[in-house]
Amino acid sequence: MSIAALAFYLFAICVIAGGLFTVISRNPVHSVLWLILAFLSSAGLFVLLGAEFVAMLLIIVYVGAVAVLFLFVVMMLDVDFAELKAGMAQYLPVALLIGVILLMQLGMAVGVWQVSDMAEAQRAAVTPEGVENTAALGHLIYDQYFLLFQLAGLILLVAMIGAIVLTLRHRKDIKRQNVLEQMWRDPAKAMDLKDVKPGQGL
Amino acid sequence: MIQADLNIILPEILLAIFAMLALLGAVYTSKDKSAPMLTWGTAAVFLAVAAWIGINGEGVNTAFGGMFNDDAFARFAKIIILVSAAAVLVMGQEYMTRRGMLRFEYPILVTLSVVGMMVMVSAGDLMALYMGLELQSLALYVVASIRRDSVKSTEAGLKYFVLGALSSGLLLFGASLVYGFAGTTLFSGIIAAAGEGHAPIGLLIGLTLVASGLAFKVSAVPFHMWTPDVYEGSPTPVTAFFATAPKMAAMGLFARVLHDAFGGVVGDWQQIIALLSVLSMFLGAVAAIGQTNIKRLMAYSSIAHMGYALMGLAAGTAFGVQALLIYMAIYVTMSVGTFAFILTMEKDGQPVTDISALNMYAKREPGKALAVLILMFSLAGVPPLVGFFGKLYVLRAAYEAGLAWLAVLGVIASVIGAFYYLRIVYYMYFGEEGEALDKGKSPVLWVMLMGSAAIMLVGVVNLFGIEAPALVAAETLLR
Repeated sequence: MSIAALAFYLFAICVIAGGLFTVISRNPVHSVLWLILAFLSSAGLFVLLGAEFVAMLLIIVYVGAVAVLFLFVVMMLDVDFAELKAGMAQYLPVALLIGVILLMQLGMAVGVWQVSDMAEAQRAAVTPEGVENTAALGHLIYDQYFLLFQLAGLILLVAMIGAIVLTLRHRKDIKRQNVLEQMWRDPAKAMDLKDVKPGQGL
Repeated sequence: MIQADLNIILPEILLAIFAMLALLGAVYTSKDKSAPMLTWGTAAVFLAVAAWIGINGEGVNTAFGGMFNDDAFARFAKIIILVSAAAVLVMGQEYMTRRGMLRFEYPILVTLSVVGMMVMVSAGDLMALYMGLELQSLALYVVASIRRDSVKSTEAGLKYFVLGALSSGLLLFGASLVYGFAGTTLFSGIIAAAGEGHAPIGLLIGLTLVASGLAFKVSAVPFHMWTPDVYEGSPTPVTAFFATAPKMAAMGLFARVLHDAFGGVVGDWQQIIALLSVLSMFLGAVAAIGQTNIKRLMAYSSIAHMGYALMGLAAGTAFGVQALLIYMAIYVTMSVGTFAFILTMEKDGQPVTDISALNMYAKREPGKALAVLILMFSLAGVPPLVGFFGKLYVLRAAYEAGLAWLAVLGVIASVIGAFYYLRIVYYMYFGEEGEALDKGKSPVLWVMLMGSAAIMLVGVVNLFGIEAPALVAAETLLR
């Protein structure tokens, strides 16, 4: 077995184990940590495929940002996970049945998997020779997939508007900073000098 | 290359820019105070873009290497989407303003979701399909829960979101299997790779999963669970929106994927669609019988109607697609009218959704009751109203494609379904005396209700000549 194959199986087993323990861990913090293991291992798989840029993105975005965010949410929200999981035993048989059926179907699909004769020639985004895959991705996203890239931007805009619409509340009793008002303040108006006579007070 | 491509997607670009400018303008000026004006403005922009697409659109244009198609089919669907969205916006404005729900984001979110729908019906690539679908759905999730202080509204949004995410997962999984088989996500490549006859099993599973994901979006049984709850929980103007434009978009997308990408393996998906169609028609007809909430009733009614529309798709012929388009156009028109009426149902200024509130409505407002009677008869498919011709078209399409059993089942389901439409009419004309509903004051709603009812009557003559453009649209899809 070559080193690459060994690494593949190692990473693949880690991904599956990470996924499994994410679901079955009792402690939600452990779940998130297992999730991070799954992300890191799949980043390793991407490196094996020669897609270093995607691998780095996975680590930076998913491990660095998303998983840490999860961790914060899990720790800061007081969610009673035991209560959430209470119903699980009830649904477990059905879930297992569906899982087994899905697995069998997938086995059938993969067992007799046929790739179309034209598939090789039809691939749209083959990494060109002599171009790093970061550069190749850049060409693809900003040129060929321009439309999709812009649509993804619109989707993010909708997500932002949605988050604001559903959560932002303008409260009247809060003091807010008004930058312009602060800048226009005039020392002459802001200060009032009083000559306090001794022994009298204001 | 990019200049020509951008010219083709100009309507979408304009709408997106309009949404962004409106957002900035409203945020920096009067915020929610400008919302009523913005709603009317958005409706006007929709109508202008629809007119522009209708007058200027010509031929078959593809952009971005086949990812985006601008053909007669897309234009037909887009005009219906834009006009119905404009009608629904205008209808809901007064209702939402009075209840303090009209945030300025509402018309903007609707605009963005309309952009998503336009991309959906034009998609020529699995990735473009997904982008359009998500843009549409995400905006819909937000508007479903726009009344955020109401438990029902937030529940509707959350339910829709979670189930929608699940269906997107199914769709994406199917799309990746299709990609694994064909080596490309372009519809033109998939149809070439799939060939004629029967699809290999991997492609078949992919196709089934994609169809399941899309069936969720058109709320076909057995992927309909969310519909009654979301329809009931969302504010009524939003429900009216759900029942019109997104249905047309999802149906258009369904037809496009099945014909453009899997047109060679019709036999493989025909049975799936026929099954979805039968289940939807029967469940929609039977489950609505026990409903007393008119919004839930309309949800089941929409499930049943999607069943009929899918019957046209199941035929797998150009005539079937033509029947589907005509059916959807008629269904959307009827829905607009019916929801215009539901929006007027109020008692002491509070919305009422119980159908028993309609007792003896005909005595108090004979004109409106007559309009509702026409709409209900048309929804039930009673001849000689326009709704009957829609049903006739899909039944003929199914029959001519050799699915006579499907057509027979469709007729039976339609007879069962007639019961609950007629029950509303019964309440209005022969019910017991009860508390009166408020007199509707909104002229907009009156015009929409009467207009829709009038269309159902006058359209009998020639369906407003909709057959010819629908035929052209269907033929470009099956080219």
